[in-house]
Amino acid sequence: MSTGTQKQDPMSTPTLAPRQDAPTGHKAPEGRVGAGLFDPAQLVKSLPDAFRKLDLRVMVKSPVMFVVLVGSVLTTVFSFKDPGDWLGWTISAWLWLTVLFANLAEAVAEGRGKAQADTLRKAKTDSAARKADGTVIPGTELEVGDLVVCEAGDVIPGDGDVVEGVASIDESAITGESAPVIRESGGDRSAVTGGTRVLSDRIVIRITTKPGETFIDRMINLVEGAARQKTPNEIALNILLASLTIAFLLAVATLPPFADYAGSELGMVVLVALLVCLIPTTIGALLSAIGIAGMDRLVQSNVLAMSGRAVEAAGDVSTLLLDKTGTITLGNRRAAAFVPVRGTTEAEVADVAQLSSLADETPEGRSIVVLAKEKYGLRERQQGELVGAEWIAFTAQTRMSGVDVDGRKVRKGAAGSVIAWVEERGGQVPGDAGTVANRISEAGGTPLLVAVEDTDGARVLGVIHLKDVVKDGMRERFQELRRMGIKTIMITGDNPLTAKAIADEAGVDDFLAEATPEDKMALIKREQAGGKLVAMTGDGTNDAPALAQADVGVAMNTGTSAAKEAGNMVDLDSNPTKLIEIVEIGKQLLITRGALTTFSIANDVAKYFAIIPALFAAVYPSLDKLNIMNLSSPDSAILSAVIFNALIIIALVPLSLKGVRYRPVSADRMLRRNLGIYGLGGLVAPFIGIKLIDLLLSLIPGIG
Amino acid sequence: MGPVTAGLLQLLALIGALALVHIPLGTYMARVYSSKRHLRVEKWIYEGIGADPDTGMRWPAYLRGVLAFSLAGVLFLYALQRLQGVLPGSLGFASIDPDQAFNTAVSFVTNTNWQSYYGEQAMGHVVQTAGLAVQNFVSAAVGMAVAVALVRGFARSRTGELGNFWADLVRGVVRVLVPLAAVGAVVLVACGVIQNFSGIHEVGQFTGGTQEWNGGAVASQEAIKELGTNGGGYFNANSAHPFENPTPFSNLFEIFLILLIPFSVTRTFGLMVGSVKQGYAILATMATIWLGFVALMMWTEFSHHGPAYELANGAMEGKEVRFGIGGSSIFAVSTTLTSTGAVDSFHSSFTGLGGGITMLGMMLGEIAPGGVGSGLYGMLIMAVIAVFVAGLMVGRTPEYLGKKIGTREIKLAALYILVTPALVLVFTAVAMALPTPANSMTNSGAHGFSEVLYAYASASNNNGSAFAGLNADTQWFNTTLGIVMLLGRFVPMAFVLALAGSLAEQRPVPVTAGTLRTEKPLFTGLLVGAILIITGLTYFPALALGPLAEGLAA
Repeated sequence: MSTGTQKQDPMSTPTLAPRQDAPTGHKAPEGRVGAGLFDPAQLVKSLPDAFRKLDLRVMVKSPVMFVVLVGSVLTTVFSFKDPGDWLGWTISAWLWLTVLFANLAEAVAEGRGKAQADTLRKAKTDSAARKADGTVIPGTELEVGDLVVCEAGDVIPGDGDVVEGVASIDESAITGESAPVIRESGGDRSAVTGGTRVLSDRIVIRITTKPGETFIDRMINLVEGAARQKTPNEIALNILLASLTIAFLLAVATLPPFADYAGSELGMVVLVALLVCLIPTTIGALLSAIGIAGMDRLVQSNVLAMSGRAVEAAGDVSTLLLDKTGTITLGNRRAAAFVPVRGTTEAEVADVAQLSSLADETPEGRSIVVLAKEKYGLRERQQGELVGAEWIAFTAQTRMSGVDVDGRKVRKGAAGSVIAWVEERGGQVPGDAGTVANRISEAGGTPLLVAVEDTDGARVLGVIHLKDVVKDGMRERFQELRRMGIKTIMITGDNPLTAKAIADEAGVDDFLAEATPEDKMALIKREQAGGKLVAMTGDGTNDAPALAQADVGVAMNTGTSAAKEAGNMVDLDSNPTKLIEIVEIGKQLLITRGALTTFSIANDVAKYFAIIPALFAAVYPSLDKLNIMNLSSPDSAILSAVIFNALIIIALVPLSLKGVRYRPVSADRMLRRNLGIYGLGGLVAPFIGIKLIDLLLSLIPGIG
Repeated sequence: MGPVTAGLLQLLALIGALALVHIPLGTYMARVYSSKRHLRVEKWIYEGIGADPDTGMRWPAYLRGVLAFSLAGVLFLYALQRLQGVLPGSLGFASIDPDQAFNTAVSFVTNTNWQSYYGEQAMGHVVQTAGLAVQNFVSAAVGMAVAVALVRGFARSRTGELGNFWADLVRGVVRVLVPLAAVGAVVLVACGVIQNFSGIHEVGQFTGGTQEWNGGAVASQEAIKELGTNGGGYFNANSAHPFENPTPFSNLFEIFLILLIPFSVTRTFGLMVGSVKQGYAILATMATIWLGFVALMMWTEFSHHGPAYELANGAMEGKEVRFGIGGSSIFAVSTTLTSTGAVDSFHSSFTGLGGGITMLGMMLGEIAPGGVGSGLYGMLIMAVIAVFVAGLMVGRTPEYLGKKIGTREIKLAALYILVTPALVLVFTAVAMALPTPANSMTNSGAHGFSEVLYAYASASNNNGSAFAGLNADTQWFNTTLGIVMLLGRFVPMAFVLALAGSLAEQRPVPVTAGTLRTEKPLFTGLLVGAILIITGLTYFPALALGPLAEGLAA
């Protein structure tokens, strides 16, 4: 299951979109396998790939499975020498199946990315590039720095920045989002991606990436797993597994002289069977599938990790830097209350505020109309309803909006502008208007004054309280993060007073006010000096150094190429809240690895109890007391253990692809739960499994 | 009072005494290894050996110190034995043969104290006191130094320096081992252990005939033999001999000395890494295994049925009547779960399962509580392995005591845990496959195999106790056991010091709610499980063909 599906997705309502050009919602595009699904048919589909992986050069990368492969070859050879030994043939067959199942697990994991890679390849048609000087060259011959021209209908030939013009662009090929986005020269919306299509207008693009190394190329490599390198923790785990394999190799290889002395001759086939049962095949077989699936889960949530190391680092993150705007709060300030001054009522203020805001198309203005409707039941009046009304739209210069109708002039706007307007008309500003406005400012909000001029003269009626609205559920998420041991720091350009108010409301642990890019960088370095791993999001060019410095730097897809280059992940949805999901996916990957390792090692106990009495009860009858599972015959006992060992791999493929269930709780509770399931479960499960297989085998005549 | 009650009361008294000294001794040792001051006598020693005790050493330098000092010890001890015949004060004993001299020199320098000779019939006063007893002190101090270096690796950050080997070595001897051993020797003398330089006495036996007994500085050697988890007895009968261990109280006191430093050093560790609780978690892990083994041993020894056992009121063969089954069981478990190897009863004569318990104790790597120093570093290596496997289950890359367990760390820890199983299994297999070594077995069948398996388990893990029955004074055994003792001691030490170096260079990761809490009981349980499954299971096939086959037959 994906961590993302368990939570309410803060991006699910369009109003939460942080930027106009960011796609809303992150529904998986068609052709992708939704995370959390596992279709048994995939096993069959991937079978040819599993056979293709029976290649020594590939197998040698996994020490555990390589030993199983060598074992399979050995038992097969020995079976040829003694063709009448049905046990040898059966064990050989199951050992080959064990190897095959491991390859199958990997093939299935890789298969999930293949469909997506195909879609991407379609986008990457080798388009012709029309250079600014008029020459036309194939897109593959572009060089960094070339200027190319793209018009409506053209496919952009390579990654670059818009240096001239503005255009709407269809980026659905990479983001899966069909709504077009705007790209324009200058600023933080200048980056375009090769393979996307220009829908309107004409732009000139400076190519920033060599062909073959473009974003889409990297994406294809990533989802296909072609560029997959083992992550540091995976390498370390492989070392431990290799050393356990050597230890059991020693235990088995030294057994023949001991057995000889005891008067029992051990054949190669049973020795190999014992060895394969003891070495950690379960985790050895599933390790790479777990890694691929972890990356895949990120891709499912529309995040591209440029390195597996970053995914692991995400699990270790202990400090999250979150931008206030768009991440913690909705993108814009919204009206939160109407405060009357002396001599007026709230309803009166609401009425005038609404009326004066009808001509204000800014998000703030809209929010006033919405609040008046929600809180005071004031129907939104249409501008056409008021006959003879003269509308005054909001402009950045006047900082006011309003309407003149029926001899009444109403205005709302920034405090200074409204006061000037009232005083100009000989009106008075009541003293408490200033008090209220100050109080709102101190609480981190923005006061807007509402004024009217009618037969009673000009006067201020009240104050609108505009404030940053913290997104729903953020407080709970920060609490979860705290339980996971992750500190959240809010970054904002606001003054400390405003910042503190929002920080308190959102429940973040700390904040950085009036933040400059340098401050941000210093903060990251300070956290890192204390041994903490820091994650952050960013999209602007001035975020680039901080993105590069952070351990997990998630660049927004809408951001500049500099930001995307600097970060080690790119969020195609450009949703900064995604950082939290990324951390969870990182943790889930590590947990799955640990859980299956523990399970695999714990399995050994039962296998000993099956095989040791089977091997030696003939010479030392007392050892039959170890046969606590009461297995029907020595042959059946050994075979049951081998079969269990192979089948458990297939049984755990879904778990390794989906990942172990993850809930944001403290490390203590998580360990208790997982140790209970995978540690104790790992001890008990094979006793039951081997016994059941033995029961089935004993029904076959000649074995039981 | 029945023998079971007596055994349990002895156990309780022992636990009480260990608990009583835990805090003062652990705290004192932490101070010893952290102090900046040098005692006058220490300064003389530093001047004498030409060492600067204040220079910090990186791990290769520290390791070079360990190896150089130990090599000098082996050479000196070898020469001393080879020259015994011409040295005065040797009770007229001849020089020792080369293979046995090599074996003995290695054995005492590696803190193993495997003895293929009869002490009272081979080693004179000079070799015993100037050679063997000296190594009893310094080989123990070397183990403690390496453990302290590893602890510093966890405690320090962004430095490659692990302290100074010479300072750690000298302080271990001067400030910890000598004072404690002196007190221990006085108590033992009070119990009736002999302490003299008398010659050989001819004593008449009850049944007629005569017997030769010699005296010696036994109490002083006995104290450090147990305290330094050495185990090499003055007499061949070791702590079963009445001159070494005369009374039930002296028996209990010797067990106390064996366990004293290994258990107390967990507090030293906790204090040095800045969290006493982490020390308690390691202590709890050690104590759980030790107590579990004692319980199992008492159960198998007391409950064994059969006419001979019932007549003797339990499995009394090979046990001293004055210690009984309880005292002998506690001693046997304590000596094999530490690297001591002293014996007050004959492990070969324990029930089949009882013999298996002593072997398993050594095979776990002698970490519960283990040898002085070596027990702590062995246990910390297992903690690193356990953290690595299970730590992932909390959703972070593994870390222990604020240090990340990455590729290099796990490589060193994995190599560490491979060394002794490789030595035990490969050498036992070769011995069993060759025609001659088997001639040393006294018994046939599973018990005979156990004798050989026990010998290599004991030597590789630097225990030194013998299953008895095996004639180990052959060229084959003297040589191969000598080799495995050397490899089993110094190869793991090299990995420990390299690990310490790599840990010390790291910047610590701060503890958050997302950190695996290694000071909690849950982790202790996990660690016990990891030790039993990861190390224990490697030996399961071998144990099945030896003690299990024998023990389950009854």
